[in-house]
Amino acid sequence: MTTRVGIVLFPGSNCEHDVAHAVRTLGAEARLLWHGDVDLQGADVVVIPGGFAHGDYLRPGAIARFSPIMAAVSDFAESGGPVLGICNGFQVLTEAGLLPGALQKNKGLKFLCTNATLEVTSSDSILTQGIDLGTRLDIPVNHFEGNYTCSPETLAELETEGRVILRYVDNPNGSVGDIAGITNAGGNVVGLMPHPERASDELLGSADGVPLLKALLAA
Amino acid sequence: MDFTARVTVNLRDGIADPQGATIERSLPALGFDGVTGVAVGKVITFTISAADDEAARGEVAEMCDKFLTNPVIEDARIEVERA
Repeated sequence: MTTRVGIVLFPGSNCEHDVAHAVRTLGAEARLLWHGDVDLQGADVVVIPGGFAHGDYLRPGAIARFSPIMAAVSDFAESGGPVLGICNGFQVLTEAGLLPGALQKNKGLKFLCTNATLEVTSSDSILTQGIDLGTRLDIPVNHFEGNYTCSPETLAELETEGRVILRYVDNPNGSVGDIAGITNAGGNVVGLMPHPERASDELLGSADGVPLLKALLAA
Repeated sequence: MDFTARVTVNLRDGIADPQGATIERSLPALGFDGVTGVAVGKVITFTISAADDEAARGEVAEMCDKFLTNPVIEDARIEVERA
């Protein structure tokens, strides 16, 4: 059966069509889910894409978490459904309390638009299942607030439970522990700052996002 | 009765404040020496209707917890005055 990917569209999202194109190319069905709706339209996988939901007003993700669809996303996540937040989507998931910690302004105060080399540090998530530990992936980052931070207790928990799934080889933004992506305790909710959908074809300079997206579609 | 509320949001102690650090590094170049502890935050002001000062304060504190701040990285200072 074809995997149906629901991609949440907020006012200000701007990567939804990139995600849709990338997953369709891999054989999945993609549907955009309007943030004001309350129905996930039978999605097997939910993606919260990058962009600037609600203009990033107050803080990135602060207002998006109150969008009507987020209650359905939370229920879906709590029942074990796969939920992926990319970039602004990661910020939304932390604000919604579906992932711990927060994303603050990059160290150096520069908006970063560059390729980053990531290392897979846990295969225990919907995004990295089946990928060998230590695998290096070149994936673009494109953010101002991508500097992951959390309390020392949360960091210790993430580390001991193997929930840091991707780390920067050369940390571009100051994230604690070189963290690029994390998962929840169940492994079914993942947030990362880099954009696997922008590395979904050699024509884009890298196809290293493909194994991640394939893992997601198999979740 | 109406109260004016002023919420000052700053990054918590121990959370890096790159904007504050950049300003602090820039000041000596303009001849302002001896400045330390620069912190950049934001101020949110509004009018709130509540039974009394304590009720207004309680409601603003709850807003801060749920929405106006991200407690993982931010602290809030709340000031409430009779409008």
